[in-house]
Amino acid sequence: MRPIATTRSATGIPTGRLAVWWVIASEIVIFGGLLASYLMHRLGHPEFAGPDFAGATTTWIGATNTFVLLTSSLFAVKAHDAAQKGNGPRAANFLWCTFGGGAMFLCIKAMEWTQEISHGYVITKNAFWSFYYVAAGIHASHVIGGMVIMAILSSDVRNNRELQRVELIGNYWHFVDLIWIFLFPLLYIAK
Amino acid sequence: MATPIHEHHGEGDHGAHAHDDHHHDPGFVQKYLWSTDHKMIAMQYLFTGMFMAIIGGYMAYVFRVHLAYPGVHVPGFGQVNPAEYNSLVTNHGTIMIFWVAMPVLIAALGNYLIPLMIGCDDMVFPRLNRLSYQIFLLSAIVLIAGFFVEGGAFGGAWTSYPPLSAKAQYNNTPLGAPIWLVAVALEFIAFLLGGINFVTTAMNSRAPGMKMFDMPIVIWMIVIASILFMASVGPLFAGAIMLFFDQTVGTGFFDPNKGGDPILWQHLFWFFGHPEVYVVLLPALGVVAEVITTFSRKKLFGYRTVLFTSFATGLLSFFVWAHHQFIAGIDPRMANVFTVTTVLISVPIAEMMFVYIATLYGGSIRLTTPMLWALSFLVAFLIGGVTGIFLGASGADIYFHDTYFVLAHFHYTFVPIAILAVFCAVTYWYPKMFGRMMNETLGKIHFWLTFVPFNGIFIPLFILGLGGQHRRIWSYENFPELSRPEYYSLRHFASISLIIMLVSQLIFIFNFFWSLKAGKVAGKNPWRANTLEWTADSPPPHGNWKELPTCYRGPYEYSVPGRESDYWPQDEKS
Amino acid sequence: MYTLIERFLPAASTYAHDIDGVIALVAIIVGFWGVLAEVILIGLVVAFREKPGVKAQYITGEQKSEMKWIAYPHHLVLLCDVLVIVAAVRVWYNVKQDLPPPDTTVRVIAQQWAWTFVHPGADNKLDTADDIAVNDELRLEVNRTYHYKLESRDVLHSFSIPVFRLKQDAIPGRVITGWFEPTKTGTYDIQCTEMCGIGHGLMPARVVIESADGHAAWIRSHRPDASLAAVK
Repeated sequence: MRPIATTRSATGIPTGRLAVWWVIASEIVIFGGLLASYLMHRLGHPEFAGPDFAGATTTWIGATNTFVLLTSSLFAVKAHDAAQKGNGPRAANFLWCTFGGGAMFLCIKAMEWTQEISHGYVITKNAFWSFYYVAAGIHASHVIGGMVIMAILSSDVRNNRELQRVELIGNYWHFVDLIWIFLFPLLYIAK
Repeated sequence: MATPIHEHHGEGDHGAHAHDDHHHDPGFVQKYLWSTDHKMIAMQYLFTGMFMAIIGGYMAYVFRVHLAYPGVHVPGFGQVNPAEYNSLVTNHGTIMIFWVAMPVLIAALGNYLIPLMIGCDDMVFPRLNRLSYQIFLLSAIVLIAGFFVEGGAFGGAWTSYPPLSAKAQYNNTPLGAPIWLVAVALEFIAFLLGGINFVTTAMNSRAPGMKMFDMPIVIWMIVIASILFMASVGPLFAGAIMLFFDQTVGTGFFDPNKGGDPILWQHLFWFFGHPEVYVVLLPALGVVAEVITTFSRKKLFGYRTVLFTSFATGLLSFFVWAHHQFIAGIDPRMANVFTVTTVLISVPIAEMMFVYIATLYGGSIRLTTPMLWALSFLVAFLIGGVTGIFLGASGADIYFHDTYFVLAHFHYTFVPIAILAVFCAVTYWYPKMFGRMMNETLGKIHFWLTFVPFNGIFIPLFILGLGGQHRRIWSYENFPELSRPEYYSLRHFASISLIIMLVSQLIFIFNFFWSLKAGKVAGKNPWRANTLEWTADSPPPHGNWKELPTCYRGPYEYSVPGRESDYWPQDEKS
Repeated sequence: MYTLIERFLPAASTYAHDIDGVIALVAIIVGFWGVLAEVILIGLVVAFREKPGVKAQYITGEQKSEMKWIAYPHHLVLLCDVLVIVAAVRVWYNVKQDLPPPDTTVRVIAQQWAWTFVHPGADNKLDTADDIAVNDELRLEVNRTYHYKLESRDVLHSFSIPVFRLKQDAIPGRVITGWFEPTKTGTYDIQCTEMCGIGHGLMPARVVIESADGHAAWIRSHRPDASLAAVK
């Protein structure tokens, strides 16, 4: 039972969308701080590019994951498209495709990390690897969070309820994607 | 059956009537512990904040008695050893900023006032609102848990600089340090979530006819504060995660032996730390604006000026942080940049002070209890503000850094914010919150017995700072320059003033609870004020009004020429 | 006013007076503004107490004639700020950026919870066999220009000598260089001014400043210390 406050829109922007923009903004500041710290370290430590550091990340795995996330964002766009046309079941299906993309990302990452850890590249190995696991780990936790929300939303959406939320979770998912677009070159390409 | 989706209307929404909920009586749990009503959540934040203030105040009592009489058995605590001393001063600061000032000024007042002052029935996301409080409560519990673990509570100062805070071999609080950090991180999450409601509700849920520039200043201030908080806390949150890993897993983000940099933490901390002081200052200034306009029957002098100086201060506050680090080992050339920005930030703040003082000109001033608190805020904050210049001037800061001069400066800013403005707000809105008037005589006695001793605590501390007394020191007995009898007299004076101030709070507690039942019935608008909350019942019911109001003018139309009445409520058609 | 800090502590270094001077300038400027603002604030409250039958004025603060009352002080504050900034930067530059060439260099090592001061001995060179390491006592010659090389063995500490008006944080993993020139003989406090753990208040030290003869005698009275290697 929703208060009238939720439905008002003195700015013309729906309250849900404002809220998601706020969440995204705060996450940008968090990741921004983390990445700025990483950049400062990187600039002060040229050896970070070397074989025991960034040199040991596997670029093709990172690239594959980038492709997986971008594709999942495409599914999120198609879900939004369907929701706009009022087609709840189709939107829900595309949401699950997005979910699937996230799951694939996480599986690939799990295998990647297993391989790296077994080669001794653990979080305490050196400052690069500390940043690597923390940054990618926080990112992964946001992927998981997005997937959970999508799963919860999908039942309402399938029944043509709260269709406006498909756009909102889509915006969040695109942001998660965007963070990875920043992480990928920093962790995998700059060597 | 599908839940009807309310489409987004602008003005003239058919929801002019408050949601007609099923009027079954909620049980105790639903009403007091599991409520989504913004007013109840506000009360939860207020009472939690006040409870934490008692704990923080108790800590100050303990270490101040110890400092005045080293080695004494402090009644209600015992002798204070160096480790305990460090934990007390660390947690006193941490509690007062994060668990008193922020929850009361932003969360309690924001939650209570925003829907009422903008004329709607609740916050936009009530369940998220409830979650914010629950996370906040959890953070308080986690912080206090730190006192009961082996090794005791964290004692590395509220600034938690590594390497001390990163390694248990240095700080001797292997559990306390990460617990403290987790508590602070949870508090950050609670306020990030809370901000969603404050900003969205103020932006979107205003009464029909209420333009942005018709909002009361206190609402603007809470919104700006929420934005400042959100935009500054991110890097520190990331830093907290890094520090947590250093503490628990052995990473070396801040460890020079592992390629890390302790100064990175300082930058992350203060990039947040400086805007944070404006996060708490702006809502306090908002409260003062509401009260001085009501009790001088005058329009706020330069509403737009106040707004623009607030934006300017907020923006500039992102460029001053390293004045906390002048001698920390940063490049000395950087210090020059930060001294320029820091001294210049005094310009918009001075302008705001001038504008507030100008509001009094030509007024018809009534010295009620809330008005006394508001005026005392201005008197004390002026002192706090001007003493900041000594610290912003890098050359002078070489001497003053880490002395009691800094401490006295920030108590002359923080006490007005966290104590004077809070009592101002509580005594002003108490009639609305509880439907009763507080006792004026007791209120005025409480005011004087708080304000005067407050000065008695910190003026001696300014003097001790001038004499070079450094901070966070368990005992000055080993420092001949600081062991002079005159200095002990100053310490005694300060500590005794604190005790007087703390004991006087009993008057307030008594007045608060006694007036709930025995105070004069308040009616809707005992202060004859203009803003919308005064048109609701006292206390407002769930949903606030049967019919949500429409807004016809700005909030400060007092003493309008040609009108019989000296106030003009925002919802009155003409 | 010039002796604001000297009422409490002597000024015992060449730049102590400069720092005291900035403090005095700020004191005069903020004293003026602070007192003015408080007097006006309280004066207005007294002058405009409510009187029966007298209504308050309706002033928006948005008219030019009204705003000038804010604009003029506002610009004056800005001017005062510029004065403060110029004075502060000058002193800062002299103390922290523009190090004069040293007559002698000493090493200052901070740790939990003690100080070690390494003096160069008769050859005036650090890291030689005749270095003199002393715990918690720094011995100096008056009117000599010193560099200090500040280090920490563990956490952040801070090297502070109030009578010199000197303060500099010590960072583990770095060596930070600063300077001072003592101008008065005597024995004074050295403080650690950065929270460094349980013993933060329990690591006092003293600086002993002597005449050239006295200081030379002290150096002569120390034999080279073979255990010095452990100190480095």
